[in-house]
Amino acid sequence: MTPEELIQIAEERRGQQAAVGKRINVCAAASCMSRHSDKIAEEMSSHAESLGDKAEGVEVRCVGCMGLCSAGPLVEVDHPADEAAGNDAPKTMYRGVSMDDADRIVEAAAGGTTVEQLVQPTDIPYFSRQKRIVTENSGYIDPESIEDYIAADGYSGLVTALTEMSPNDVLHEVTISGLRGRGGGGFPTGLKWSTVAKTDADKKYVVCNADEGDPGAFMDRAVLESDPHRIIEGMTIAGYAVGASKAYIYVRAEYPLAIARLKKAIRQAQKYELLGTNLCDTPFNFEIELRLGAGAFVCGEETALIASIEGRRGVPRPRPPFPASYGLYGKPTLINNVETLATIPWIVRNGGDALASIGTAKSKGTKVFALAGKIVNNGLIEVPMGISLREIVYDIGDGIPDGGTFKAVQTGGPSGGCVPGNLLDMPVDYESLQEAGTIMGSGGMIIMDEASNMVDVARFFMEFCKDESCGKCTPCRVGTAQMLDLLEKLCAKSATEKDLELLKELCDVVKACSLCGLGQTAPNPVLSTLRYFEDEYMGSLVGGVSGDGRPVPDVETKAGAPDRIER
Amino acid sequence: MIATITKPEAPSDDKRWKIVQATMRRNGYSRNALIETLHTVQNSFGYLDEPALRYVAASLRVPLSNVYGVATFYHLFTLKPQGEHTCVLCTGTACYIKGTPELLQHVEERYGIRDGETTEDGKVSLLTARCIGACSMAPAVVFDGEMEGEVTQEQLDEQVEAWMAS
Repeated sequence: MTPEELIQIAEERRGQQAAVGKRINVCAAASCMSRHSDKIAEEMSSHAESLGDKAEGVEVRCVGCMGLCSAGPLVEVDHPADEAAGNDAPKTMYRGVSMDDADRIVEAAAGGTTVEQLVQPTDIPYFSRQKRIVTENSGYIDPESIEDYIAADGYSGLVTALTEMSPNDVLHEVTISGLRGRGGGGFPTGLKWSTVAKTDADKKYVVCNADEGDPGAFMDRAVLESDPHRIIEGMTIAGYAVGASKAYIYVRAEYPLAIARLKKAIRQAQKYELLGTNLCDTPFNFEIELRLGAGAFVCGEETALIASIEGRRGVPRPRPPFPASYGLYGKPTLINNVETLATIPWIVRNGGDALASIGTAKSKGTKVFALAGKIVNNGLIEVPMGISLREIVYDIGDGIPDGGTFKAVQTGGPSGGCVPGNLLDMPVDYESLQEAGTIMGSGGMIIMDEASNMVDVARFFMEFCKDESCGKCTPCRVGTAQMLDLLEKLCAKSATEKDLELLKELCDVVKACSLCGLGQTAPNPVLSTLRYFEDEYMGSLVGGVSGDGRPVPDVETKAGAPDRIER
Repeated sequence: MIATITKPEAPSDDKRWKIVQATMRRNGYSRNALIETLHTVQNSFGYLDEPALRYVAASLRVPLSNVYGVATFYHLFTLKPQGEHTCVLCTGTACYIKGTPELLQHVEERYGIRDGETTEDGKVSLLTARCIGACSMAPAVVFDGEMEGEVTQEQLDEQVEAWMAS
């Protein structure tokens, strides 16, 4: 592939697109697909065909995630021909489209009208307050078409990097962009890349961590399903910058659609010689292989992930040596999260400065969050760093449904914590969240209302950590089980003050002594709920009442989540 | 001295072993391919039984204890056969907040099966997953690989009863 060929493919595809009068885009990401959006798209296609001349110029295609998952299945009608000609061409989005609506949407699109009852307004803050970099193509391109991706400037970053930049130039752009690891740790990406680049070795690896295990997080899944080529491009640029020629994508087996699309994308990229040997007529070779996880949360930890790729139990090992010097098969390995790698093509295309101009002093760029729980607009959002939690919850998320009152937002999954209402004006960046006792995490945000019992929330996460602890180090294996016992006692209102003291002490011990991130962060949900909702803990003691006399919400069920599956 | 390594024989002449062999061959019978191979066995046979584990261990020249270790470490691998149909309840945070515990309790009470168990007639297995990434549609349930969002008790009963009657 030469730069000229790439431009030619892009122009050819843009030309094809500009010839389409009316285009019906149907969301085909997992969330809408589970509501049978693929069948709806089929029905629309066949109906358009049966209309014959009446539906001339109407094209039906599947696109990636449009973000507003709770209103799915989503369908958007646009007019590429008018847009290309510079004419006014308003787009229409439809929400909650069912099989029965398919035919009339096709007819309305063909006739230039709209189906008013189904229109989803797009001038609401949910859409206008977002800043889309990682998800710039989600909902706009067909994830299974490499030509669509190329037409949207895809692979131009890779080709530019290979033909016009040295690996050091790429490292420089990534470093000045200020990008930090989006998997949760927030380690500066440029520094990580430089470390791997500087290490001398005959073979190096790039690994994409797509083992999105945090309950309540589905950002990576949406990116993989909506724009798989973006990951391939990001990884290949990373390989060029650090001097690696082989890469693995470690993806959860729970994401079958993402796996299928990645496989297809890799085949397409190989066919276009964007993966393989002597890319862009340079000596640079690069290949990508998929590795499926098998359902172990701890495999998101980098050393455990390496063990799993090597076919062993996903058990972490002490660091140093860090994977940057001693990783996969003992070779220097660059491990980045999906979202981090998905930002890379944009950085190469627009320059590191462009990303650095977005966000706060220490947290640059944008972050994708998955909004879920008790919130009106469930779904995926991408916002600039530094935006306040209040804007996310009340403007973009449109507040709490059914007249409920906001109680807390949980970020960072089982490694994070809860942020209460009085801190809602806090900016969302790595440092502020850490100060508030939680973490950025991979981007899951669960919104809770008054009905949630915070002790039960802490118990839920502790149960998760206990189940997922790999069992290698004692503080985590035994500590999480002991903390869970105490939390269960609290939930059953049979705990004493002494139990609460013991729980606090255990939190410190497990945090300080565990081997890997899982154990070190396991006490976080307890610590943060203790910090902001101590009255609920006091109220959960034998005969206790909460500090301000409010009744503590009852733990709703006794069943809870089940014990570990007996095999 | 010439040491010859003979490939172990497949546990049976079931054709599905060819698929398993293909996976191992594609990975050069490397021990790194252990998880990949177990995935293939489970996809082909539905679960991992002892002869399968022994065969994979011998083929990849990995100690049986390691194979057993890997098979029991990862939640996705199961050593017991599943029922004809599977019903996977998501117990992620969003689903937990929006009602999975009630659904679980309901299934346990009504059909007498707990997580990981199969109904007596072997028709339906109940499983749970730690977040399947369908948080915006909580509570989510996967019926035989098909994901359903915002599942109510009635919907769950309808599906399970249809299976049990079949």
